[in-house]
Amino acid sequence: MGRYVIRRLLQMIPVFIGATLLIFLMVNVMGDPIAGLCGDRQCDPATAAQLEKEFGLDKPVWQQYLTYMGNVFTGDFGTAFNGQPVTELMATAFPVTIRLTIIAIVFEIVIGITLGVVTGLRRGRPVDSGVLLVTLVVISVPTFVTGLLLQLLLGVKWGWIKPSVSSDATFGELIVPGLVLASVSLAYVTRLTRTSIAENKRSDYVRTAIAKGLPRRRVVTRHLLRNSLIPVVTFIGTDIGALMGGAIVTERIFNIHGVGFQLYQGILRQNTQTVVGFVTVLVLVFLVANLLVDLLYAVLDPRIRYA
Amino acid sequence: MTTLTKTEDAPAPTGPEGFLSVRDLKVRFSTEDGIVKAVDGLSFDVERGRTLGIVGESGSGKSVTNLTVLGLHSPRTTTIEGEILLDGKELVTATERELERLRGNKMAMIFQDPLTALSPYYTVGRQLSEPYMKHRGASKKEAKDRAIQMLEKVGIPQPKVRFDDYPHQFSGGMRQRAMIAMALMCDPELLIADEPTTALDVTVQAQILDLLKDLQQEFGSAIVFITHDLGVISSMADDLLVMYAGRAVERGSVKEVLRSPKHPYTWGLLSSMPRLDGDINQALDPIPGSPPSLLNPPSGCPFHPRCAFKDQVAGDLCSQERPTLAAGRAAACHLTAEQKQTIFIDKIQPRLR
Repeated sequence: MGRYVIRRLLQMIPVFIGATLLIFLMVNVMGDPIAGLCGDRQCDPATAAQLEKEFGLDKPVWQQYLTYMGNVFTGDFGTAFNGQPVTELMATAFPVTIRLTIIAIVFEIVIGITLGVVTGLRRGRPVDSGVLLVTLVVISVPTFVTGLLLQLLLGVKWGWIKPSVSSDATFGELIVPGLVLASVSLAYVTRLTRTSIAENKRSDYVRTAIAKGLPRRRVVTRHLLRNSLIPVVTFIGTDIGALMGGAIVTERIFNIHGVGFQLYQGILRQNTQTVVGFVTVLVLVFLVANLLVDLLYAVLDPRIRYA
Repeated sequence: MTTLTKTEDAPAPTGPEGFLSVRDLKVRFSTEDGIVKAVDGLSFDVERGRTLGIVGESGSGKSVTNLTVLGLHSPRTTTIEGEILLDGKELVTATERELERLRGNKMAMIFQDPLTALSPYYTVGRQLSEPYMKHRGASKKEAKDRAIQMLEKVGIPQPKVRFDDYPHQFSGGMRQRAMIAMALMCDPELLIADEPTTALDVTVQAQILDLLKDLQQEFGSAIVFITHDLGVISSMADDLLVMYAGRAVERGSVKEVLRSPKHPYTWGLLSSMPRLDGDINQALDPIPGSPPSLLNPPSGCPFHPRCAFKDQVAGDLCSQERPTLAAGRAAACHLTAEQKQTIFIDKIQPRLR
């Protein structure tokens, strides 16, 4: 196990370098960062040249990348468009997004798996067909539609929630945005669990468990669920990364100042430092989440042993 | 033998003599293609301390019958008629609660494929302990002691260490032993073994059969042994039931049925079996055709499309009237006793030599 973890950590290095280099190049190709700094006005050529020299933008791209990565490893992610260090932005943005992600994941686990088990056990009955239809609708409607609709109905029309989230972004305020963020994944978790449960319900070892005289509840929770959850765990694990980075739409709708919001601002203002910095951290989150999922496999399935 | 007298002392329920008695059992599955008559009017009895062998081709309803005894069929698609009495208790109409109390306790089942029948995610020991804790209210410790004792009894070396192993760490034969140990955890009075040795090689098979016989002697349980291997049956069972297309076609003691079979299907089964001391050049004589579809079974005797002797029966009796199976030693066939005798002596017996 230890050797496996070390090997996986070593494998992360090239992935990490590749991903950051790619994003660095893309941001550089995309536009002129100096133009972004000057705002909407045209930049004065002398000022632009001076700024370029100051930020090291006159040097070749590979050298810029090396300098940047060197700084990153000393904990310096550069400065954002408003002169704030990017690390400071991260310190405010990530806790908010992490809270949002936690809420979304809890929704996925609790609602998604429950619905999946219920429908999987009652395949072909009205409950099953109903839930399937709802998940299909949720999957096919884009997040911004669901988000805006809920904001309009719950926030504006009925006044159950505040339409936009305050800068504190407490757990209570994030429940509805979290549900919106989770909606599509939740539908997938439901379908994945349903298929898995329905398939394993017919398996021989479930029949053995019943033949041993175990009560239905115990058969389902101990024997059926345990095996059926493996594909679901994979999905949820990889979804953590997607939820953290993919919250741009949801965070815009509910005005949450999280990672998605800052990334959006960074892209809009063509601020290389912000975009590359945040994406670098997100790459790390993805890699670690994937490693954890793989390690969780070994916990769930004793047949998997990593050497 | 004390167990035998016990049955006699017990208050006799309506009619049946056996510890397990199945009366006119009909099991039907509704599928998309129509209704499958998996079992169609089957009756048999098993007494304590005795072994009933059930043989037949795949799809003859052997396994379905025994899954029905334990109530393991899917209730939504299956309709069951008839009676299943276990020690006088009606099982067909029993509630799920009542069945739960009996399963793994008074009646237990050994499944065919021990690789898939054991859960891969729990240790063998834990799976063994489960029924004991449930039915006997035993503590974890007591269940563990019992499980280790049973593992030792079925011949698993170092049972204390093996208790914590997962099924994939066991070999095929050991898994089957563990399955048997699991079925025996609560000293079941009825043990149903569904082709318990099919997946194993012959040496392990012999050990497992010996083990089952020893355990039966020790606990006096009734055993229903399902197989398609007549060799296994001859060494294992006391009585024999031959099934074809969801019906019993021949019944009797193992000796009687194997020595002087009375049904063309049984003749076919015996002639299809290779002999160790047989002539290499002599071809085997399999039954032509394949088992009928139970969606739409043939009219009359279900075996008539494959039967080589139906022209000896007057008229179209075979394709029109279903022969009945009398009580006791009997075969469901329209041939007369003399005809059977002559055919068996002239045509069948020489092939079996």
